[in-house]
Amino acid sequence: MRSDILQSGPASSISGEYEWFFWTMVTVCTLVALGIAIVLVYSMIRFHRKRENQMGSQRQLNIPLEVSWTAIPFFAFIGMFAYGAKLYFDIERPPDNAIPIYVVGKQWMWKLQHPGGQREINELHVPINQPVKLTMTSQDVIHSFYVPSFRIKQDVLPDRYTSIWFEATRPGKYHLFCAEYCGTKHSGMIGWVYAMEPHDYQAWLSDGGAEGSLASMGQKWFHQFACANCHHFDSAGRCPDLRNLFGKPVELSTGETVVADEGYIRESILDPRAKIVNGFQDIMPSFKGQISEEQVIDLISFIKAIGPQSNIEQHTSPGSVPQEYGNQKGIAGPGTVSISGSKPETR
Amino acid sequence: MSPEIAPLALHEQFANPNQQRETASFGMWIFIISEMMLFGGLFVAFTVYRMYYPQAFDDGSAGMDIVLGSINTAVLICSSFTMALAVYSAEVGSRKLVSAFLVLTMIIGAVFLAIKFTEYYKHFLDHKAPAVWFDSAGPGGPKIELFYVFYFIMTGLHALHMIVGIGLLMATLIRNLAGQITAAYYTPIEVAGLYWHFIDIIWVFLYGIFYISGLHK
Amino acid sequence: MQPALALVPKNYLTEKQGLLSWFFTTDHKRIAILYTASITALFFLGGFFALLMRLELLTPETNLVQPETYNKLFTMHGIIMVWFFLIPSIPNTLGNFFIPMVIGAKDLAFPKINLLSWYIFMLGAAVTIYALFRGGVDTGWTFYTPFSTSYSTTYVVAAAIGILIAGFSSIMTGLNFIATIHKMRAPGLTWYRLPIFVWSMYATSLILVLATPVLAVTLLMVAVERLAQVGIFDPALGGDPVLFQHMFWFYSHPAVYIMVLPGMAVVSEIIPAFARKPLFGYKAVAYSSMAIAVLGFLVWGHHMFVAGTSVYSAMTFSLLSYFVAVPSAIKVFNWTATIYGGALSWDTPMLYAVGFIGLFTIGGMTGLFLAALGLDVHVTDTYFVIAHFHYIMVGGTVMAYLGGVHYWWPKISGKMYPEGLAKLSAMAVFLGFNLTFFPQFILGYLGMPRRYAAYPPEFHMLNVLSTAGASILGVGYVMPLCYLLWSWKYGKEAEPNPWRATGLEWKTPSPPPTHNFEITPVVTWNAYDYKAQQEELQLVP
Repeated sequence: MRSDILQSGPASSISGEYEWFFWTMVTVCTLVALGIAIVLVYSMIRFHRKRENQMGSQRQLNIPLEVSWTAIPFFAFIGMFAYGAKLYFDIERPPDNAIPIYVVGKQWMWKLQHPGGQREINELHVPINQPVKLTMTSQDVIHSFYVPSFRIKQDVLPDRYTSIWFEATRPGKYHLFCAEYCGTKHSGMIGWVYAMEPHDYQAWLSDGGAEGSLASMGQKWFHQFACANCHHFDSAGRCPDLRNLFGKPVELSTGETVVADEGYIRESILDPRAKIVNGFQDIMPSFKGQISEEQVIDLISFIKAIGPQSNIEQHTSPGSVPQEYGNQKGIAGPGTVSISGSKPETR
Repeated sequence: MSPEIAPLALHEQFANPNQQRETASFGMWIFIISEMMLFGGLFVAFTVYRMYYPQAFDDGSAGMDIVLGSINTAVLICSSFTMALAVYSAEVGSRKLVSAFLVLTMIIGAVFLAIKFTEYYKHFLDHKAPAVWFDSAGPGGPKIELFYVFYFIMTGLHALHMIVGIGLLMATLIRNLAGQITAAYYTPIEVAGLYWHFIDIIWVFLYGIFYISGLHK
Repeated sequence: MQPALALVPKNYLTEKQGLLSWFFTTDHKRIAILYTASITALFFLGGFFALLMRLELLTPETNLVQPETYNKLFTMHGIIMVWFFLIPSIPNTLGNFFIPMVIGAKDLAFPKINLLSWYIFMLGAAVTIYALFRGGVDTGWTFYTPFSTSYSTTYVVAAAIGILIAGFSSIMTGLNFIATIHKMRAPGLTWYRLPIFVWSMYATSLILVLATPVLAVTLLMVAVERLAQVGIFDPALGGDPVLFQHMFWFYSHPAVYIMVLPGMAVVSEIIPAFARKPLFGYKAVAYSSMAIAVLGFLVWGHHMFVAGTSVYSAMTFSLLSYFVAVPSAIKVFNWTATIYGGALSWDTPMLYAVGFIGLFTIGGMTGLFLAALGLDVHVTDTYFVIAHFHYIMVGGTVMAYLGGVHYWWPKISGKMYPEGLAKLSAMAVFLGFNLTFFPQFILGYLGMPRRYAAYPPEFHMLNVLSTAGASILGVGYVMPLCYLLWSWKYGKEAEPNPWRATGLEWKTPSPPPTHNFEITPVVTWNAYDYKAQQEELQLVP
């Protein structure tokens, strides 16, 4: 299959911009370096001492020259900065329709979870021409997720989420490296990213995900860890209603307002005392040590699924415990195939 | 009776006494600036964590003994006063007063250290000594422990500087008794005074961040 | 030149003899030699580790050493080369020897502190070598947390303490130089008459005094965290691993300017001397040295563009990083303009200086790539960065160091080095260096990460080239060690001013007397003022 062929060369949507900038810099720098080298070598030959007691010209100041070779590099550097910053913004800002994939790095392997529940170790299958956003955390030390061909890299930190996005443009097999030294098998923490044609990707998806989508797994944990006992789906409980929460601002007891993103949900589960929602008591126990990073990701997916963009009225009624999602729109139940051919699960 | 002007021990590398005086003083100022960066690094780290965990750090600060801390601050300010008197005595050529004030400063410095180590011992008894015996049962436990970690590191580093300072004063006392400090050349005690005052000022800031910040609780 | 039968005046080498007179000396020149011996030994130790690494990297798999060992090798190579070679190299050898001489002083401001700084340096080296013999450290010279504080099973605390101790040696040196330069210049030697060597060493000293204490407290916190098992940088206990990075790089970025400014200092002396021409743009170069020191404190975040900091923080550091590149560019242009129109010779010091300009320019330009946010994402943490900093540290600083050693060898030893052999080794160094490190730019661009004991087979060829270069480079370094030591005993006697250079140091005998100047000079001329000294130096346009 074509995606088994190890591809060299850049293969993502930003690599065009990247290569253009990189090679322009190479050209400009080479020209300047060559210029200096030529002046140096020429001088060393042309102005070689003819007599042992010869003295050189005593010219030592030329203000216009000094100003020129200060100003020209300065403005060139500003240009480089501007271009680099623009490229960086493009690399750091994922488009809204990116497929959310979760990555957990640990010594010395990468664990990846697709929204439909497919799990991979040291491998990532993605479709071409579709943005993919990786939300990542580490179980231990700092790692770094690096796919050279996509021109992306992002450190993966313990106890928080970092993210990076890419859009593969060419089917193929691409190196995945850990790029932040993390101990003995740092050079073994490597793998492959397989970019596939959309139909190949669908076929691959249907082979996996037997356990069910991340959101349905998250729903399972929501019951299993008894979250449902406090977090009722109404406004009357002791605990905040988690519907329509994801991505929205939350007012805290300190008066500060934060956005309920992945990091906030994770912190709320593992260190609930860090932020108390205004109007509620500090009574949630911590689940640190009882719940794995993957389970946290499943729960986050569930919270997203009952978030603002989904149709949650069908799934919840006041005061009730949410039922199995089954065939509800957009979310797959256990044992069923995930994502249909239409737009992927939104965040 | 000490002679009005004693022979100056001009070090070989200097061209004249004035150069020696200026250079010694200048050198101590540079050292003090480097020490500011030393403590400054720790202050920055502390401030970052205070911004992350305001409640836990306030709790930590509220658990400090404000009485002992304030007494210690007063003690150290007194010692700076006696140190300044020692330097003044040198300026006017009173060798005996120099010795007296130096000894007084050292004693007051030792009192400071005694109170400090008493506080450490009390923290240990209250189970507030990180790594040795710390109860992190209360809310935000590990974060309060972080407060105490900084407390012990920073005040410990300060105490180390105090001990070195007392040693420096002892050396200065010995030089004074040997007649090397006179009205014509009192740079050694001036320089020691600069160091002592600096250590005092550092303490004032430590007092602020560790003792005062949690007072409103 | 002394009559053969007259009494040979004593110089700093012969005045007092015996080991004790060396180990209790306060003479800045003898202390410089003590430092030279130490850092030379440490350089070859660090170089030995690099050799083992390059041998391992000859093949894609790990077969020469285990990955655990490889991780210790790159860590120890980095620690020794950064803190026990590069940072002390030029300041504590050439700086110690020549700052007093160049300003017309008899010694540094605080000679006893100078000696103490050597002992403290040796203590720091001993503690670090103890860590090495007990089993090594495997955290990388950058000690990133939480790996170094909570996961590594190696001798992190010992290494951290060794480095911390050596840091105090740095601070003492910087303090001494600042006081000396401010207070001990000869009469008439105003700031704007000082050779650029002094300006650059002064800028270096500012960084030494201001930045090193931050490293000390950062390493102290790492050591405390490891020993007491508290969580200053461990997220599991509320700590922030990125705070460690900020604090570490707040020191370590200015540290790279501690390493390169002295190299620039030396080059700024060599080029006027061998072009017999004043340094072009004196004030521009002087101000650039200061600008590098100041701006160097503002750019540490460019080591953290993918570390999880905010986009706006990254942008600020990127912009400032471009600012700090400007003064370096100004210097390169001014050195080149000094050479153009000079009366040049191809003596070895000049070869090293010109090599410095070329290699530092390449290294600096690749820094422009790294400062560009979007480009850095791909090449950071790869061999591109390794090539970049080796171009500056090795292609720059080490070449400048060798150039300076050769330039001032006649003054230090009273003997000339063998010019033929010296040129040969300079060429070996230049060729070996480029063969070692240029392929690494390509490796980095292709995606080979740093600190990898094993790598995918497609990176094989470039690694082989790099190792081949390293072996040539090694030979190029061993040669000067041999012929310089040889020349100390058997070399041709040197005149006071073999190069006909203008500095005050050349107005003393070779080797100089202990107190440098019998009569304190009174300076009425500018630096590199060949015109004013034309008659004295017997030069003709």
